[in-house]
Amino acid sequence: MLNLHRPLVPCLLVTVLVLSLLAGCPKPPTAAPPVPTPGATAAAPPTGEPLKIGAIFSLQGAGAPLGTPERDTLLLLEKSVNAAGGINGRPLKIVIQDDQSEEAVALTAAKQLIENEKVLAVIGPTISGTSLAILPTFEKAEVPLVSCAASVKITQPVKKWVFSTAQPDTLAVAKLMDYLKAKGLKQLALLTDSNAFGASGLQVLKTQAAENGMTVVAAETFGSKDSSMTTQLTRIKGKSPQAIICWGTNPGPAVVARNAQDLKLKIPLFMSHGVSNHKFVELAGAAAEGIIFPSSRILVAEALAANDPQKQTLLDYTKAFTAEYQQPPNSFGGHAWDALQIVVAALRSAGDDRAKLRDAIEKTTDFIGISGVFKMSPTDHNGLTKDAFVLVTVKGGKWEIVK
Amino acid sequence: MSRTPWWQGRAVGLVALGAAVIAFGLFVHNPYYQNLAVTIGIQGLVALGLGLLMGWAGQISLGHAGFYGLGAYASAILTTHFSLNPWLALVAGAVSTGLIAYAVGRPTLRLRGHYLGMGTLGVGLIIQTVFVQWAAWTGGPSGITAVPPLVVGGLALDTDQRFFWLVWPVVLVALLLMGNLVNSRTGRALRALGENEGAASAAGVDVPRAKLAVFMLSTIFASVGGSLYAHYTSFVNPSPFGFAFSIQLLVMVIVGGARSVWGPLAGAAVLAALHQGLATAAIRVPALEGLEVVAYGAILVIFLIYRPQGLLRPRRAAGPRAEGETP
Amino acid sequence: MDSAQLLQFAVTGIVQGAIYALVAAGFNLVYSATGIINFAQGEFVMLGGLLAVTGATLLHLPLVLAILLPVVVVMGLGAAMHWFTIRPLKHAHMVTLIMVTIGVSVAVRGGAKLIWGADPQPLPAFSGGESLQFGGAMIEPQSLWVLGIAAGAGLLLAFFFRRTLVGRAMAACALNRRAAELVGIRPDLMNMWAFALAGGIGALAGGVLAPLTFASFDIGVSLALKGFCAAVLGGIGSNSGAIVGGLLLGLVESMGAGYISSGYKDAFAFAILLLVLFLRPSGLLNVLVRRDEE
Repeated sequence: MLNLHRPLVPCLLVTVLVLSLLAGCPKPPTAAPPVPTPGATAAAPPTGEPLKIGAIFSLQGAGAPLGTPERDTLLLLEKSVNAAGGINGRPLKIVIQDDQSEEAVALTAAKQLIENEKVLAVIGPTISGTSLAILPTFEKAEVPLVSCAASVKITQPVKKWVFSTAQPDTLAVAKLMDYLKAKGLKQLALLTDSNAFGASGLQVLKTQAAENGMTVVAAETFGSKDSSMTTQLTRIKGKSPQAIICWGTNPGPAVVARNAQDLKLKIPLFMSHGVSNHKFVELAGAAAEGIIFPSSRILVAEALAANDPQKQTLLDYTKAFTAEYQQPPNSFGGHAWDALQIVVAALRSAGDDRAKLRDAIEKTTDFIGISGVFKMSPTDHNGLTKDAFVLVTVKGGKWEIVK
Repeated sequence: MSRTPWWQGRAVGLVALGAAVIAFGLFVHNPYYQNLAVTIGIQGLVALGLGLLMGWAGQISLGHAGFYGLGAYASAILTTHFSLNPWLALVAGAVSTGLIAYAVGRPTLRLRGHYLGMGTLGVGLIIQTVFVQWAAWTGGPSGITAVPPLVVGGLALDTDQRFFWLVWPVVLVALLLMGNLVNSRTGRALRALGENEGAASAAGVDVPRAKLAVFMLSTIFASVGGSLYAHYTSFVNPSPFGFAFSIQLLVMVIVGGARSVWGPLAGAAVLAALHQGLATAAIRVPALEGLEVVAYGAILVIFLIYRPQGLLRPRRAAGPRAEGETP
Repeated sequence: MDSAQLLQFAVTGIVQGAIYALVAAGFNLVYSATGIINFAQGEFVMLGGLLAVTGATLLHLPLVLAILLPVVVVMGLGAAMHWFTIRPLKHAHMVTLIMVTIGVSVAVRGGAKLIWGADPQPLPAFSGGESLQFGGAMIEPQSLWVLGIAAGAGLLLAFFFRRTLVGRAMAACALNRRAAELVGIRPDLMNMWAFALAGGIGALAGGVLAPLTFASFDIGVSLALKGFCAAVLGGIGSNSGAIVGGLLLGLVESMGAGYISSGYKDAFAFAILLLVLFLRPSGLLNVLVRRDEE
């Protein structure tokens, strides 16, 4: 065993060195003509220097369930854009980096994309923490960033180079408040995830409840990985609220739904757009019945009125995604879809110039996306309104729009 | 104990590293590499502190990320809520972290075995919970944005390059300090302590006191690293200061070699390079996505099997039983 | 504060505590045999849950098999982990060995994400039905399963160590390695058994837990932390200590969350750990003092 040591260490070191050199070398231009997918519309295959767009998603760690469909969506779109002739005849090239849901990793990934890959714009990151950590870098480097995370802090106050395609929670809460007000539910209990999504939701819920003349009788939190929320629900039950609002992302809210059912709580349960995905119903099972939450239209595309402007876009995305990955898409993938399509549209008019690209993104209006209809402006780098949401409930294991 | 070659070797090393730092600072202009160097510097600084604790006091800490976070949050809170000078905030953070370490270390360090490890695990997680929950001051999980940069003589250290020129001199000073400490009377006492507590005690070393001093010093390194991180990224939130980073720091120390002054820094550099290499491989060959994490774990295991004492060996053949070699 | 509420908090705490006790038992098995704190213990739990989901939904195995098969598989993995990563490091420092377990856990977690994806997976409850009324508290049937299986596993372990040859050899080896070697026990094999058993009990915990919380590639770390905490509370190495530590931890969390603040739930858990370390450093029930640590 002793003699084995010596040859191995240099080998390892050399491997490390080679790998790290690989990391750094500016890549030789990959001008290989992309292979058109069979059966695609007969557009001329794109040629020339590819237009490079970077992406930073969480593929490991807490953000992985969100980042994975985002990555899948971008790969799907890259293929379809190139199959349809690329952008002004040039191929689109997506370079994806995994930030592992970690801030320091996201920062290095951002520099890698900006400095070594020389991308024109970056899509992502998936979650608010990593997004907030890399914003200053993009402001300084003057590269457009279109985040897929929901924190209001990302686009408010407006930062010149930073955009977001995720609906901020202020809009989701506003949509929910309208409903609560109409039903005369005034005594609220809040149960929020102790991650950034839940904490931001808690703040917005408290503010808007006060604005609407409602009282928050209990505010509890739970950990994203907790296996039982029975204690919190029991406490809430003791305060006899008229409605419970649970704000979180999978799997916590599913546990809440199940525990509420097990406790036989008779108080109506509301949730956030964090559960507007098929996974939630799969996890919560029968306990999901009757829960009302604001949701992106992607969940109920089929059920939308025929004159809904988003309907066709949603159906097309659902079809393409399902064909490729054998599972329906969700709103997170939708954020990436919106981000890339907005960038691609801007690339068509602005070409490969970062500053012009930024201006074009800011001028995006009436863009029909997955999360809503976007109207960006110099004072609004998100461009969505509360109409981006519909209220949805679960009935017989199926989604239903609440009128 | 032949002292002369020791000193010479270290002086040579320090001068070489100093020259490398200057060359890097002058000739490397790519912010990607500068960022990587800054990250290695900051994490290496924290790892050096942990290495001191592990290699020279024979104790482990499973909560060093918490102390790192204390520095970061002290700087962020004091500069944003109270508009305190960032340098003062850094010092305040280091002092309060040292005091917390004193309070935790005093009872646990009297015990044998890895009780400090268990205790620090708890402390680290409590600290992180406070970051998450005490939203009025810490901003909760959304964190604190717009932490002002450090300023030197009117020059704001707000680019990768300028920050590089701060971090690496700090690392060099830390190495110099540690080298002197290790070679001093206290250092010899510590070394005795790492090797055999009973013998050290018999030889008149106040073991709990020496351990406590090393522990506090080690958390102060972490706190300064945290402050630097906060001013570098200008954003702090709780997630970088959890158990995962505590473990990452341990890995740096062990891979680099706990009994070598330079080891933890080498560990930080090698792990960062490995990490970047694997991430890049995954970009070049998308089919590898996801495998890089598996490879990272596997390389770590294989490396430790073949080189349990870490990358860098101690200068002298010290503490045979503490090392991977057969006695 | 009505008594129904108190009872509900207690029930929740005890069920949670039983899960922690199962994880803690895994830590203890490895620690008493080898002195290693095995940070891959949480990954054993994670694998047990995910494999059970695969067995039940993809292979349509009956639930008993879907739970027991992963136990056997993960026992094998635990044994393999020892044989290929721990055994070769006979004379390494303890911290190095702990690092090895961390490396294994990183690799296993990454592999699980590749195989099962990032989303959590549900497993049907062992028996359906409404939750039962107990005093003023509700208890779901799956929670009863958790309690029953935890108790059963505890008894089985006790039986194993007292009555079977391998178990007694392991116990002997843990108490005095050299003496055990002299009477012909191979410590290597005993240590492998410890890892295998830890894998098995971890997988069992994962299986019973999955219907309550869902299985997912990243549940290992937080469970390992709580399980480790429970093991230290009870006195690391002591099996009855694991039960006491686990239940105490579950109750403290539940009561703390119920009566003080749900946000600081985890902080209460670790504060209790610190308190016990300060006041009674070897844990509440520790009798076993490892010789090689002295």
